[in-house]
Amino acid sequence: MAASNQTVVVRLPGVLVDLFSGAPRRLEMTAATVAEVIDELDRQFPGMGDRLRDTRPAIRKHINVFVDGDKLKLNAPLQAGCEVFILTAISGG
Amino acid sequence: MAASVHILLGTKKGVFILDGDENRTAWTLRGPFCETWPINHVVADPNTGAIYGAGGNEWFGPAIWKSTDLGESWSHSSQGLSYPEGEDPITSAWSVAASNGTLYAGVQPAGLFRSDDAGQSWQHIRGLRDHPTRPDWSPGGAGLILHSLVVDPQDHGRIWVGISAAGVFHTSDGGQSWEPRNLGTRADFMPEGQNYPEFGQCVHCIVMAANASDRLYQQNHCGMYRTDDGGRKWTSIEDGLPSSFGFPAAAHPHDTDTLYLLPLNGDIKGRYVPDAAAAVWRTRDGGKSWQDLRDGLPQQNAFFGVLRQAMATDRLDKAGVYFGTSSGSVFASADEGDSWTCIAQHLPTILSVETLTRTG
Repeated sequence: MAASNQTVVVRLPGVLVDLFSGAPRRLEMTAATVAEVIDELDRQFPGMGDRLRDTRPAIRKHINVFVDGDKLKLNAPLQAGCEVFILTAISGG
Repeated sequence: MAASVHILLGTKKGVFILDGDENRTAWTLRGPFCETWPINHVVADPNTGAIYGAGGNEWFGPAIWKSTDLGESWSHSSQGLSYPEGEDPITSAWSVAASNGTLYAGVQPAGLFRSDDAGQSWQHIRGLRDHPTRPDWSPGGAGLILHSLVVDPQDHGRIWVGISAAGVFHTSDGGQSWEPRNLGTRADFMPEGQNYPEFGQCVHCIVMAANASDRLYQQNHCGMYRTDDGGRKWTSIEDGLPSSFGFPAAAHPHDTDTLYLLPLNGDIKGRYVPDAAAAVWRTRDGGKSWQDLRDGLPQQNAFFGVLRQAMATDRLDKAGVYFGTSSGSVFASADEGDSWTCIAQHLPTILSVETLTRTG
């Protein structure tokens, strides 16, 4: 059962970190869902939420969020201590 | 007083800037900026010198980029640049305009936003998307995009927008209410007898003539047009041109009757310059007659196109004219189009060309 005060580890892609001065590649935060991870990223780095989530609302089409090899949606619960990988999908030309 | 011209390039892989010397003969290229995001349109606010880039990235969505130091450093924001939850998300910003302290941004899917804090945050101008025709707007080849943004310098509440392929819309109250302004422009892609609809035309570019805010010029998918009454009625000016198809239009900075177009060979024939020989076409009489300008432009094996926002003039007395190609070259004229020089090549696909003219 996810708890709202649990700590998770979040890993960010370099191409995202480059857009926000001072943002680290790895950080710990309190979050119970993927949506809460993005909320907390946006609180610490204003504007980062818009880069990861659109207004459907959903994780952007070419952004992937993985935990233990599973691709998660916005409302997915997280387990305490898990490692959340935010990755850019193959895209571009 | 000495003047300098900077050419602002939006490309598929970032913003580039060409800095000109005082004679506009030597150019220095800087870039790419904006983390190589696709940037559809780059403009400078002539009052502040700030540069704004409208773009979108497949990973991270739309943003308006900003530089206050001529491109040395950049910030980005999309705060407020969104539709309500449940609507199709905005994928990219397509156009940006600065007017009297306000910024406007056009986006895909088509809509209009404004910023009153120099691009830090944006507010949706709902009146346009509340227009009763909106459910019937159809996308053009590049999507349902709001690309042309013309604000009357004499009356800041008057705005014209071009939407592909919904046509031209106009507001005279700052965006609360809108009306289509397409009378006289063709839609050849509609069934016979339905070629002059109220809306649904495939406008490619609209620009305002110098010193005459009711005079607009339009390059359409189906013809070239002029209006002298703010778009209530458009008149064809395509006689004398090699085709009715093209994308960009650039108005002379000082002369109401001078316009530059770059017709392509047709919408189903490859969309490159006619006979693979490049020419800018100039009128000095509001579209009654045309002259092809070829001196210095490639006259064989030129299979490039020029996109809708990729031609511009500068503000000097003897106007400079500039265009960028789909194959990444930039051509410049310092004599109103009479002669041309290739000043950059091998860049990414050029999506927009604008200028910043600085004095002192």
